[in-house]
Amino acid sequence: MSIFLNENSKVIVQGMTGSEGSKHTQRMLASGTAIVGGVNPRKAGTSVDFDGATVPVFGSVADAMKETGADVSVIFVPPPFAKAAAIEAVDAQIGLAVVITEGIPVHDSTYVWAHAQGGATRIIGPNCPGLISPGRSNAGIIPANITKQGKIGLVSKSGTLTYQMMYELRDIGFSTCVGIGGDPVIGTTHIDCLQAFQDDPETEAIVMIGEIGGDAEERAADFIKANVTKPVVGYVAGFTAPEGKTMGHAGAIVSGSAGTAQAKKEALEAAGVRVGKTPSETARLMRELVGA
Amino acid sequence: MDLFEYQARDLLASHGVPVLPGGVAETPEQAEAIAREIGQQVVVKAQVKVGGRGKAGGVKLAADADEARARAQDILGLDIKGHITHKVMVAQASDIAEEYYFSYLLDRSNRTFLAMASKEGGMEIEQLAVERPEALARIPVDASVGVDAQKAAEIVDAANFPAEVRDQVIAIAVQLWDVFSKEDATLVEVNPLAKAPDGTVLALDAKITLDENASFRQEGHAALEDKAAADPLEARAKEKDLNYVKLEGEVGIIGNGAGLVMSTLDVVAYAGEEFGGVKPANFLDIGGGASAEVMANGLEIILSDPAVKSVFVNVFGGITACDAVANGIVSALGILGDEATKPLVVRLDGNNVDEGRRILAEADHPLVTVVDTMDGAARRAAELAAA
Repeated sequence: MSIFLNENSKVIVQGMTGSEGSKHTQRMLASGTAIVGGVNPRKAGTSVDFDGATVPVFGSVADAMKETGADVSVIFVPPPFAKAAAIEAVDAQIGLAVVITEGIPVHDSTYVWAHAQGGATRIIGPNCPGLISPGRSNAGIIPANITKQGKIGLVSKSGTLTYQMMYELRDIGFSTCVGIGGDPVIGTTHIDCLQAFQDDPETEAIVMIGEIGGDAEERAADFIKANVTKPVVGYVAGFTAPEGKTMGHAGAIVSGSAGTAQAKKEALEAAGVRVGKTPSETARLMRELVGA
Repeated sequence: MDLFEYQARDLLASHGVPVLPGGVAETPEQAEAIAREIGQQVVVKAQVKVGGRGKAGGVKLAADADEARARAQDILGLDIKGHITHKVMVAQASDIAEEYYFSYLLDRSNRTFLAMASKEGGMEIEQLAVERPEALARIPVDASVGVDAQKAAEIVDAANFPAEVRDQVIAIAVQLWDVFSKEDATLVEVNPLAKAPDGTVLALDAKITLDENASFRQEGHAALEDKAAADPLEARAKEKDLNYVKLEGEVGIIGNGAGLVMSTLDVVAYAGEEFGGVKPANFLDIGGGASAEVMANGLEIILSDPAVKSVFVNVFGGITACDAVANGIVSALGILGDEATKPLVVRLDGNNVDEGRRILAEADHPLVTVVDTMDGAARRAAELAAA
């Protein structure tokens, strides 16, 4: 098993014909993902060839779902149009919408979140690398060839730290790695992933990577204490970040005394999570836990 | 982006929120002219993006235009908690009968917007929230619905505003929502929202934070940027579309991905403890691509920082594999030529790492040291910076 994404997932790409969309559609196909269509209202009825794989383009998410049975959409649409694209996916009631786009105004992401409440769609992102269930399916921009299938679950706000961890623990492997994104408002949280990993029989241990800003890690710590029995190892980035400065990710900012790495680390440790001082030490802690 | 008070005031006024007449001055003479125009008692307020300016002597009353010039003279140049005052706002002074509080903000934890209101304004809201939480109404606002007169009434009534100002505050609450939503703000805070002796309610001071991600549809916002206060290196990096933050240390940092770069800063700071407290000199995320040109631009900015003693290039090769990154570093050093004068410690890991390291070994650049692990490379960079 894996979480949110598996070998039966049928994936469409909104923005497949753009430069980022087509580059990553190619990569997702190469890593074995079942890409069943693209969405572009102006190019409906055409198809795109990716090294021999012919992918049809549909006029809407709803059409693509009706024709292909798609249950996952990966969104590469640029910021000015990303809100409409995400709403279209939600209104079509697709099971999973992965919003890769970076730079979406927070009023738009907050609107989409409110609009999606009570609906059928899980949203991952925005401003995220997506998720991968190694060896099964890859929805987003995570490099597929740096790790293998295995028993660790990974949830992270950061893309490259996700890759670093996947690579360091590539001999053990991962059930699913979820990059939830670095924006202030995101769809799927650390807690959602922790719950899913707890319920996934294939996942034996969990790595949780956080960073400065907000209180998602503190809330995750409370959740772990109350609900997670599988071992969790943590890492938090941004101890040296100055107050009031945005560090790359729109959500990575210490405001006054709120959102510091130190507070997050302490909250996680108080919940029994072992927190590494560096990514490599975090990987070592995981090795100790799973005895590999 | 946080606005100055005068910018916030102008933005509020442009959406119909009642404010007092006034203007912004960079010289005592300009302050005098504004005060003369107003023609009665004025208040001269330092324009700095930090709280506590009243206590620091940054807010003064002036009875007439001559006194306004003198007070502006006192305040301009004043250092308020490390912020030098370059501008003052001169506004009509108002007698205040009552002070209230009203704000809209992004509530990250609950992924919604939040209205906060109190009939006890004036003091710091954090203090009120701690001391008298029951006096502060907190009402979530659904982002897909917004605030109309009915919602505004719900907020105002939850805060128990006095009956004689209720209708005025409801109207202002709708106008403030207009500011918050149409300007893509993440904070609109009016404190105090004041009742004048004649019963009129006005916004006397405001803080506004705007979302920089919305700049593509907020053309007016670029003009609100405080270019004078920006660090010169940060300004140059911004021109080149680089995600750079200047810090206080000696080890220049380049990496790909915001999380990895934040982590790199931390690892360098830990390693630096062993070498007399050496610290990272900057945050610089060159993104997933890590092309030669972006690498050269990034190195150029970092090497031009006189505080930098060594540079740590920390790249994980994912989509752009390590061989491409290594070629990028070699070409970047070629582009920079004699400008590259400080030692570089490079750590590459990920796809095609062996080929990447081979390319760097073959180039054998005198300034470049390759270290295999992030922790080891951080230690080496800190050691070189301390030497």
